[in-house]
Amino acid sequence: MLETVVKPNAPVPGPEEQKEKVDSPFREALRSFKKNKLAIIGTLIILLFIILALLAPLIRPEGYNHQLLADRLKPPSSAHWFGTDDFGRDILTRILYGARISLWVGFVSVVGAIVAGTFLGILAGYYGKTVDMIISRIFDIMLAFPSILLAIAIVAILGPSLQNALIAIATVNVPNFGRLVRSKVLSLKEEEFIVAARAIGMRDARILFYHILPNSLAPIIVQGTLSIATAILDAAALGFLGLGAQPPQPEWGRMLSDSREYITNAPWTVLFPGLAIGLTVLGFNLFGDGMRDALDPRMKK
Amino acid sequence: MLAYSIRRLIALIPVLIGMSLIVFGIIRAIPGDPALAILGQKATPEALKQLRHALGLDKPWYTQYFSFITDLLKGDFGTSLRTHAAIRQEIWPHLAATIELSVLAMLIAVVVGVNLGILSAWKQNSVIDVASMVIALVGVSMPVFWLGLMAQWIFSIKLGWLPSIGRENIRDPVTAITNFYIIDTLLAGRIDQFWEIIRHLILPSLALATIPMAIIARMTRSSMLEVLRSDYIRTARAKGQKMFWVVYKHALKNAFIPVLTVIGLQTGLLLGGAILTETIFGWPGIGSYIYDAIQYRDYPVIQSGILLVAFIFVIINLIIDLLYAAFDPRIKYK
Repeated sequence: MLETVVKPNAPVPGPEEQKEKVDSPFREALRSFKKNKLAIIGTLIILLFIILALLAPLIRPEGYNHQLLADRLKPPSSAHWFGTDDFGRDILTRILYGARISLWVGFVSVVGAIVAGTFLGILAGYYGKTVDMIISRIFDIMLAFPSILLAIAIVAILGPSLQNALIAIATVNVPNFGRLVRSKVLSLKEEEFIVAARAIGMRDARILFYHILPNSLAPIIVQGTLSIATAILDAAALGFLGLGAQPPQPEWGRMLSDSREYITNAPWTVLFPGLAIGLTVLGFNLFGDGMRDALDPRMKK
Repeated sequence: MLAYSIRRLIALIPVLIGMSLIVFGIIRAIPGDPALAILGQKATPEALKQLRHALGLDKPWYTQYFSFITDLLKGDFGTSLRTHAAIRQEIWPHLAATIELSVLAMLIAVVVGVNLGILSAWKQNSVIDVASMVIALVGVSMPVFWLGLMAQWIFSIKLGWLPSIGRENIRDPVTAITNFYIIDTLLAGRIDQFWEIIRHLILPSLALATIPMAIIARMTRSSMLEVLRSDYIRTARAKGQKMFWVVYKHALKNAFIPVLTVIGLQTGLLLGGAILTETIFGWPGIGSYIYDAIQYRDYPVIQSGILLVAFIFVIINLIIDLLYAAFDPRIKYK
């Protein structure tokens, strides 16, 4: 759609240059990341949620489906910090367990998208011609759909479940990484060190994995962290529409839609799951922005 | 420019064919027997056979696809499995409702977002700059359906200022002419009804506008900051022009191109967000139409809805692409 204003993609220093001890691009990036206060806040938010997710069974051993029917829809108190839902389940407990789902879906779907997208992007960029044509057109077509709509279509085919929502989100993200890697490969292919590698008779696979891939890593990592944020939002949206996690799974989007009808009398049932989504996504956005500024200095404001 | 426009239109053809293939595939890709998935395990063999026939599933796929496309070109979207009505007739009021909501939301997002971005760049590091960037950062991280629910809770349940659901006062329904109720009420000369429609529009359009607004504000700010440092801006200021005119006349025009790209991309998110917003506010748009269809496994409706929204998205992006040239004569098309 937007091919008309393609910016030239200059090579970005990649982590394979770490071996130089003084002022390697990796250290330089780390230093600039540490100076970025917002990025540090983002990192702390992510760490907090990861720790809470890991420790959930220790903090709340009774589990996310522990129902106290006498305590239905109780407002926040010292016993239930975030109140209870319509089954008398502690909302804080469900949010802690929900963090496991959201982080898991965000991470796995993005890693899946990176693997598939990188593979297709390399194929398209390195081999060019017909292969490139076919793969690029498929990407164009997928990107022609608003992403949540394509995800809905995929879940409509596979049936609603958390796993299928994950597959849908991963699929929808593939073209983003595919295009990124393709453009990287295209610009790297003509670099002298690749031509040299080919001249000494290096095989394609080796060139791809030892030279082209490491040099494309920085933008993939940046795009990856930012994609986790949108993946978490999309998973929550699918859950909210009833197309993702199914009850009693404590998925945050699903919690929101299940509590909607109680918003008048028990607004806390809706307030806290939404804040949890927003805070996690904010963390990944800040972290991703920081990574971009650190790894790609040209993007700095 | 004309040659470029024509080339862009031709380039759309494979994309549209691909889109139609994906949407066509939705029903065929259901694992197992699609008819069984739609009707459920208790369906009789006759009913299954009948449905397969009605959906054309008993013919080879290329025949199915061919008739799918010829029907589409004739404007025939098929029949809803739930209501047994022609989708073509059912879908238009929904589409109009969504367009009305999305256009208003986009308008709010662009007008507020661009001005917020300009203000932030102009008064860099001021309180306004910091505040608007914090809002923008938080805004992009919030789920649109949660914003909608919160807006509903505060402004209609707690404060009682605005209606929480629906598109009109159900006791005083609008006579549909164009199905754009803003226009219809004005055509009918019903100013009271017009205000009622506006009151219903405010919450959903604000909820829908928040995220694009935040992203547009951020983009405008960074783009403006770059432009404001350029030589011709200094020249404009040096010859004594007021800062207001420098910003809005000279700088904005050049800063607007990246913003335009973002607006195009945001339209897709906005159309997607419309599906979520509509389910919250009981807005009878295409999102609610698709959502209901999913609950009833009404696949022809799901297909038509998705195809139509995707089609609109493609057309908007085409228009944005063509607008680049209008805004920036420096862009040369090969």
